[in-house]
Amino acid sequence: MADVKDFMSSDPIAWCPGCGDFGILNALKMALVKLGRPPKDILIASGIGQAAKLPHYIKCNCINGLHGRSLSYAAAAKIANRGLTVLVTTGDGDCYGEGGNHFIHNIRRNVDITVIVHNNQIYGLTKGQASPTTDPGYITKVQPQGVILEPIHALEMAIALGAGFVSRGYSANSEHLSSLILEGINHKGFSLVEVLQPCVSFNKKNTYEWYSKRIYKVNDDPAYNPGDFVAAFQKASEWGDKIPIGIIYKAEKASYEEKSGLDQRPPLVEEEIDDIDITGILKGYA
Amino acid sequence: MAEELTIKIAGEAGQGMQAISAVLAKAFKKAGLHLFVNNDFMSRIRGGNNFSQLRISVNPVYTLRRKSDITVSMDKESIGLHKSAMADKGTMILDKQKFNITDNAAAFFDVPFYDMAKKAGGSELFANSAACGVVVGITRLDFRYVEDALREIFADKTPEIIKANVDTARLGYDFARSNFKSDIFSVKESKPNGNLLMNGNEAIALGAIRGGCKFYSAYPMSPSTGIMENVSRYAKDFNIIVEQAEDEIAAINMIIGASFAGVRSMCATSGGGFALMVEGLSLSGMLETPIVAVDAQRPAPATGFPTRTEQADLDFLIHAGHGEFARAVFSPGTVEQAFYLTVKAFNLAEKYQIPVLIMTDQHLADSSRDIEVFDLGKAKVERHRISKEDSKKVAGYKRYQLTETGVSPLAVPSWIEDVIYADSDEHTEEGHITEDAKIRVSMVEKRFYKKMALLSREIEEPTGYQIKDADIVLVGFGSTYGAMKEACDTMKDKKVGFVHLSQVWPFPSDHIIKLLKGSKKTATVENNAGAQLAKLIRRSTGIEVNGSILKFDGRPFNLDYLTEKISEVE
Repeated sequence: MADVKDFMSSDPIAWCPGCGDFGILNALKMALVKLGRPPKDILIASGIGQAAKLPHYIKCNCINGLHGRSLSYAAAAKIANRGLTVLVTTGDGDCYGEGGNHFIHNIRRNVDITVIVHNNQIYGLTKGQASPTTDPGYITKVQPQGVILEPIHALEMAIALGAGFVSRGYSANSEHLSSLILEGINHKGFSLVEVLQPCVSFNKKNTYEWYSKRIYKVNDDPAYNPGDFVAAFQKASEWGDKIPIGIIYKAEKASYEEKSGLDQRPPLVEEEIDDIDITGILKGYA
Repeated sequence: MAEELTIKIAGEAGQGMQAISAVLAKAFKKAGLHLFVNNDFMSRIRGGNNFSQLRISVNPVYTLRRKSDITVSMDKESIGLHKSAMADKGTMILDKQKFNITDNAAAFFDVPFYDMAKKAGGSELFANSAACGVVVGITRLDFRYVEDALREIFADKTPEIIKANVDTARLGYDFARSNFKSDIFSVKESKPNGNLLMNGNEAIALGAIRGGCKFYSAYPMSPSTGIMENVSRYAKDFNIIVEQAEDEIAAINMIIGASFAGVRSMCATSGGGFALMVEGLSLSGMLETPIVAVDAQRPAPATGFPTRTEQADLDFLIHAGHGEFARAVFSPGTVEQAFYLTVKAFNLAEKYQIPVLIMTDQHLADSSRDIEVFDLGKAKVERHRISKEDSKKVAGYKRYQLTETGVSPLAVPSWIEDVIYADSDEHTEEGHITEDAKIRVSMVEKRFYKKMALLSREIEEPTGYQIKDADIVLVGFGSTYGAMKEACDTMKDKKVGFVHLSQVWPFPSDHIIKLLKGSKKTATVENNAGAQLAKLIRRSTGIEVNGSILKFDGRPFNLDYLTEKISEVE
């Protein structure tokens, strides 16, 4: 069994004090302890941004690569070695902006990975410009008249694209968030865990106080059925005075591994390649 | 009796010129002849004018001829378009009645192949088989060659369809034997040589399979798509995952992810797609993750000529990517080199944990030649990572451990007890982000200087051919190999030699200095406008070549064009 100490990294943390990312890091550690797999069997991929630094602050395998591309190498690493538990820590800019195309197509691909999107509705690392999820009207140095673009509706998009696990957590509620992450890991196929995360340095609107007034747990309502596509889509579009968190949508779907037959054979990484016999196919060219 | 013949089949896209040429290639191969087959097609699915060219010879052939001895026009438009490219004594096969032609030009050989198709096959659709029969009839080879070829190619069709094709071909064949009086196009059969008929894309796909590629990701783009199709064809049998990515950015990042997880991985594209991959290429250099990427060049900038050929990405590939890091760039000149260098690319990528690029072009990618069966003993996988067995002994692993050579041990995640950090930021030996100046210097030296020095020690040697006492030495890379070789073999008025580079990066400076030292005259042969190779030679060795024979019309070099240009060199 894994212990929280097993996931401790000695790398010094470079987030601002009070950043919502701390809560996400805690939640992730709790989820991994409960999962019970050793750090060597877990891979966390990330791109660029504050969220992307997270893998350094936890002891697991890590690819911290390019802005927006983390889903691509995460999905392929899982295809290469399905024995790994693969997670992505990404942000609203990384996942929905720079990596938007990969977000769309990796939902379609449905490789068994869990994607944690730290959504602080602002660009932190580049110091406060609008992100794809910034509320309209919000004023920044680059958008002095206020944001005029429609925010991206990521949860609705994910449901519409056929994601089998769509959820939202809150960085200030690590306990609840860790249960979402664990459920996401245990779900076969692409799992989305979006996390509402206050940015104490650059987002002066969506603060801890602002969220605390609005957030409610959707799964506390026994009548809510996350398997109901239409109800889930409606729930995902709720934003304003009330903001739902929890498992918004959940459906069993065949994963990439199942559809490609990968799950029926040893992981690709185990394939013997030393003397692959191609004499049979060469005959086809004679 | 002809030693060699060039046969052209022309018509609209969708009429099946490539199918005719495939049947003829098979038939002539069965008759023991050597072959070079090239397809010239437009970027469209129907209409336009496409043609396929077969050069057959009693001797091995490496390139095309400019003029066709036999031209088959499958539509009216082809007659006007290809008349001027007929050899002096060439003939054009056409269906006058079908095309409504009254011209009685002596070069025309009127064959009612559309009527034959209806008569023997019940549909004009079989006209292609009539054309195959006519061509083989003119060469006076036995009918069984075309019959056997048709039976093989249509093996998965119903017996009725096979019979219709064979019967139609028979009508065409008999017609030619009775009505084509001259024997100038008759060719001598010989014992089948057992060679393989293969193009560059197929050779790369087979090299990838032999080289242990288990994950292939790409976005379709001419002329690279043939590689993906061929890997896909065998993917199930060899446990390979082929993933069509949403774009080239995803393709290269996916292969980086799969490679990090311990699987040999590859992507292929053309120049425009490679432009999108450049960011990922730089990532591979920084993460020190081995990958193999192919650029099958086509004329650019931007979309250019999607289905035609050029060699203008040389400067691009050797420099692509922000920052400085080691890479190797291969430029195979033949189908054989394409195969062996692909296997080598996988070995080299893993050995030095670098990106290895294979630069081909449409001419090499899509042209088929008959080649000797590969010697698999010369195409062996070499492993350079920590084996599963040895992984148990690893402790205190550091992904970017600084070593004398610059190469750190390569471990597979989950096989060792330690975790592995790979980072695109500048990083410590452990793979954590750092801004330390001293570490930065060590890491740049490791990724760039040290690895480049190692790569330089095992460069694929350039080919030197007939360079001693040559009046002129040609220098080329990639697909110009064939035209240069045959020009050297056939030119009488000048003694011509050539140097061919199948690896352009690291640039084989020492070899080139040695090969070109003492040359009376030198000229590069390049399918580009900028004389990129000539400039690369100059900045790498100080040698200034005397001239450059450049071709940038989107069409490949052929023997006649090149010899003409060589003659013009003062």
